[in-house]
Amino acid sequence: MNLVLIIISAVLVNNFVMSRFLGICPFLGVSKRLDTALGMSAAVTFVMALASLFTYFVNLLLVRLEIEYLRTIAFILVIASLVQLVEIVLQKVSPTLHKSMGVYLPLITTNCAVLGVANINVNEGYGLLESVVNGTAAAIGFALALILFAGVRERLENSAVPKALRGTPIALIAAGLMAIAFMGFAGLG
Amino acid sequence: MNKLFSAIKNGLLDENPTFRLVLGTCPTLAVTTAAWNGVGMGLAVTFVLVFSNLFVSLLRRFIPHRVRIPCFILIIAAFSTIVDLCLQAFVPALSESLGIFIPLIVVNCIILARAEAVAYQHGPLISMADGLGCGLGFTIAITLIAIVREVLGSGTFFGLDVTGGVYVPMAIMVKAPGGFLVYGLLLAAFGTLLAARRKKEADE
Repeated sequence: MNLVLIIISAVLVNNFVMSRFLGICPFLGVSKRLDTALGMSAAVTFVMALASLFTYFVNLLLVRLEIEYLRTIAFILVIASLVQLVEIVLQKVSPTLHKSMGVYLPLITTNCAVLGVANINVNEGYGLLESVVNGTAAAIGFALALILFAGVRERLENSAVPKALRGTPIALIAAGLMAIAFMGFAGLG
Repeated sequence: MNKLFSAIKNGLLDENPTFRLVLGTCPTLAVTTAAWNGVGMGLAVTFVLVFSNLFVSLLRRFIPHRVRIPCFILIIAAFSTIVDLCLQAFVPALSESLGIFIPLIVVNCIILARAEAVAYQHGPLISMADGLGCGLGFTIAITLIAIVREVLGSGTFFGLDVTGGVYVPMAIMVKAPGGFLVYGLLLAAFGTLLAARRKKEADE
């Protein structure tokens, strides 16, 4: 039951992009076309689930050694090596998948959603299963927002936008309107 | 001296991280619910930016090209840990309200971008000046966004009541949608002003 609550909270109520403001850079950067948005979403989901798993054990180790203050450094190292590892494995196992995901993978290291979810897992005191579920659900929430927004932006391309608002400003305003829609989920938690 | 000055000015105006490059958007949107938060976040990022630029620049001959990104991230992570611990110790209230976004300074793309584009190729003084310029540009920009959101959303200016009974604060401005809306509109305003200035310069 608790897990269901975590999923609903991470996907809808506290959506990473729309309510917690994590992962805005890729959200604005790769949402111009639907297919790139799908590729990025898949890559992020994969890395966030794995990162939640690994950082859980790293955190246990840090607590055991009483060096929790090194958490930021340790987590970012884990995430960076994880991204590298995923890239190498993917290249060997499935070159086609690597080709479609390839360009997005290095970008994920600096996606604050990944480090963010690792930190949230620790702050909330989640156990192993809860951490992985939270990581995956948060990534699905990110994917949901990104894919919906890519659809909106494809429509924006073809509409008459005032000159001053063209490009990023109108995208941000559209995202604001989407965030209002996501506020509607607030009562669910 | 002139070169240092123009490096600072470059970060403040022409390459303002928030309004021109649109980098570091997560903290820009997340912490700008109150003006003091904007100032605090901006100064924290400025500190990390200046020192990470300095160290990347000093170590640039020793960092192999292929592994430079992990090296940059390690340097940045060290300084954001310092900031995190200092804020927790000296300004716990600010640390509380910035929350998870202080450790997330590590993945602020402004810092990595400056390390890669400037500090890895220039001397320590120019790099520090660039870090200072970009940091202050970021600070001013997010403080501006925070002031607009705070005045409209909470009816206060740096904590002082400014409604004067004339208007009712719109809570949505300090919630998530307000962040996107205010940032989008200010971005459009800044872009228009800069374009007008460029046009005037070109005409002269």
